[in-house]
Amino acid sequence: MRFIRQVMVITAKDLRAEMRTKEAINASFAFAIVVLLILSFAFEPTEDTTREISGGLLWIVFLFAGTLILNRSFARELPNDCLDALIAAPVPGAALFLGKGLANFVLIFAVEIVALPVFGIFYNVRWARQFWALILVMVLGTWGLTAIGTVFGALTVNIRLREVMLPLLVYPIMIPILLGAMKLSTELVAGQPISGDLMVWLKLLFGFDIIFTALSLVLMDTVLLG
Amino acid sequence: MRQKVMFVMLALAMILLVRNLYTISMLPDEVNQGQIFRIIFFHLPAAIAAMLGSAVALVASVMFLWKRNFKYDALAVAVTEVGLAFLAVNLVTGSIWAHVIWGVWWAWDPRLTSALICWILYAGYLILRQSLEEPTQRATFAAVYSIFAFTDVPIVYFSIRWWRTIHPQPVFFSKNGSFPPDWSRALLINMVAIFLLYALLTMVRLRQEQTQREIDYLRRTVHAI
Repeated sequence: MRFIRQVMVITAKDLRAEMRTKEAINASFAFAIVVLLILSFAFEPTEDTTREISGGLLWIVFLFAGTLILNRSFARELPNDCLDALIAAPVPGAALFLGKGLANFVLIFAVEIVALPVFGIFYNVRWARQFWALILVMVLGTWGLTAIGTVFGALTVNIRLREVMLPLLVYPIMIPILLGAMKLSTELVAGQPISGDLMVWLKLLFGFDIIFTALSLVLMDTVLLG
Repeated sequence: MRQKVMFVMLALAMILLVRNLYTISMLPDEVNQGQIFRIIFFHLPAAIAAMLGSAVALVASVMFLWKRNFKYDALAVAVTEVGLAFLAVNLVTGSIWAHVIWGVWWAWDPRLTSALICWILYAGYLILRQSLEEPTQRATFAAVYSIFAFTDVPIVYFSIRWWRTIHPQPVFFSKNGSFPPDWSRALLINMVAIFLLYALLTMVRLRQEQTQREIDYLRRTVHAI
């Protein structure tokens, strides 16, 4: 119980701080729109061929937009030495990870939920035909990205070139998650249900979410004290 | 003593490799592929050596986090760096083979893609190390990264069995392997030689790392005085 309360306190703190400034979420959403706009030059946005890669486009946008939020998550704690205070607080690293992770998840998911209809309008895709399955994939995929991003956000916060190092380190590790999410989203946006061969990707997504979450819970203390 | 062991290993690896070059060149051409099939005698051992290297890197990283002994950190760097070179050998030889047999240098096939992902992952490990100055922090963060990176390696191993792929099926350690006995023997000997080379290069790199730490220690002592 105590653990859950600690997690909730940290999540609430992060969300409150974000809601007061809105610096990360505004930037992230604006960035998502810019990426959507630029991708429309790379492909003919309304053609059928674009629809076949729509899942990929969607997750590229989510990934880029999410990186901005993940980068801010620990960088926000640097002024006034808040990070040292957080580490010194009587809260285990696992609780800090889950608290930060949940807050990041809520923020990234909020950006995704708003960016999704915009994507549908710009690219003329009727994305809502498999609505709940798509939401499930987004939740699983986003949690995977968030778990890795949160640990490595803590790891890179004191490194030179922090903003570059985070994506450089986490994108390759995220590949199994992105791969599964992209494959599933493409089919779901096209209106196909998850069945047969697609179940493998869903299992992959589940499996890696569990692996990455477990690793993060165990290693967070090491990262914070390292 | 250690130096002698290293020289013996070097000599052994060289003798085996030279002898094997002769054996391999004497083998008859493969029916479908012709000459180019011989690349497998280097392609496969390099891949297996690199994969074993990643496992050693994982163990060394976990041991470092557990024992906090820099010996393990040095082992992790050494084995990762040499492994990266061997994986590069694997990718390049595979690419040459693909150019001859498939007519393209690269195909975005699960097996090839996941091998490339591994290469990029472990390159990231070295970049991460470079951007950290403080030795303890560098070793800790690198170990954490190495543990995360390793989660990708099993995918490489199983991708060929899980997903439909155009990469040739395993000829070794599997039921429908079709390697004649004398080819298998040549491959095994080559594998031993390449593993020896891997171990040797790792030992050289390990010694470099230890010397580096000694120099750092002496420099700090001088500054203290």
